[in-house]
Amino acid sequence: MLDIAWKTFSEGVMNLGFNEALMILIGGLLVFLAIRYGFEPLLLIPIGFGAILVNLPMTGLMEPGGLLRIIYDAGIVTELFPCLVFIGIGAMADFTPIFANPRILLLSAAGQFGIFLTVILALMLGFSKVDSCAIGIIGACDGPTAIFFSSQYAPGLLGAISVAAYSYMSLVPIIQPPIMKMLTTKKERMINMGVTKISVRPVVKIIFPIIVTIFVSLIAPKGAPLIGMLMLGNFLRECGVVQRLSNTAQNELANIVTLLLGISIGATMSGDSFVRLSTLKVFALGLVAIVLDTACGIFLGKLMNVLSGGKINPLIGAAGISAFPMSARCVQKVGQQANPQNFLLMHAVSVNTGGQVGSIVAAAIMISLIIKLGLV
Amino acid sequence: MENLEFGLSLALVGMGGTLVGLYLLGLISNLLLKIFPVKSRSADKENK
Repeated sequence: MLDIAWKTFSEGVMNLGFNEALMILIGGLLVFLAIRYGFEPLLLIPIGFGAILVNLPMTGLMEPGGLLRIIYDAGIVTELFPCLVFIGIGAMADFTPIFANPRILLLSAAGQFGIFLTVILALMLGFSKVDSCAIGIIGACDGPTAIFFSSQYAPGLLGAISVAAYSYMSLVPIIQPPIMKMLTTKKERMINMGVTKISVRPVVKIIFPIIVTIFVSLIAPKGAPLIGMLMLGNFLRECGVVQRLSNTAQNELANIVTLLLGISIGATMSGDSFVRLSTLKVFALGLVAIVLDTACGIFLGKLMNVLSGGKINPLIGAAGISAFPMSARCVQKVGQQANPQNFLLMHAVSVNTGGQVGSIVAAAIMISLIIKLGLV
Repeated sequence: MENLEFGLSLALVGMGGTLVGLYLLGLISNLLLKIFPVKSRSADKENK
């Protein structure tokens, strides 16, 4: 009897391998970073806890029928969770800044170039074509888009890509300013773009999400789930007659799905699949992607500055990523350091808002291309 | 070599597609503003 009891109670401890123990520590580190430094706590807390749970031996949580497997299959394999998160993001987003200067959307496009350049680097490091595309998407600085893509086309890298995407999103205020200063002169950073105020008629705000959905879905049909749900959320907000649904999308729905999404991602971080050299490569390439996004945005900003006769501050190009509003705040901060009279926030918010749409457009184009090329 | 060719082609088409896509979206936004004129729009474009 004692022998059976010993075997029963020691089974878990005896099966705890090095990789699993390491992953439990990494899960604890994610939780620590979220609590101590406020790094994306809404996501990193459930991800970290999920990582701890899935690495506890003999629990069977990710085996067929296990609790985490059920949540993962229901929400990640089906792409449901990232799409539902987009309804919440759309309901929280205000696209009015785009109308302040629609031409500035070009800078939002340049903010996505790092995605495609990183794909080339990932290919050179030996990743497969589809895995390289999934890694490049980290450059979108858009967690749900990265999860949507990798869960469908590179499930083996889902954990690494998701954690990298959310980690770098939270590190944007640390990553971007040095690059902005390095690539611009003080004279450029001092450019004052003035103050632009805009009021848009409600009918425009109502029509905009419908038109964007139709437009993006027509040029890249495979992006319809992403852009459709983002714009549905925004439509709920702007149409003005379903305040309850809008509130639910912004709060209850977004919170519940974020929790389940985080646990599901954590569940992919098992020791045997995460403790690999490829995980480190994914993290390195993710950082490169964001650096390239920032650089490309600034370079196009410089070009637009020349073409406009010195009226565009190149710094706002750095806000063309999807990390909203962190990136716009970085631009404002760096601009004001160079010229205390400078107020670039509104311009940067325009580019940053465009970046939210731009990242989906870029991902949708990439998905459509790899499908057309027969890679998936 | 094949991978590099794929990467460069994808980058070219992807970046071009994103740029054109967002440019057209900008045009659509402009068009919406023209069809439904803004009630008050003031711009102070002082360059210092």
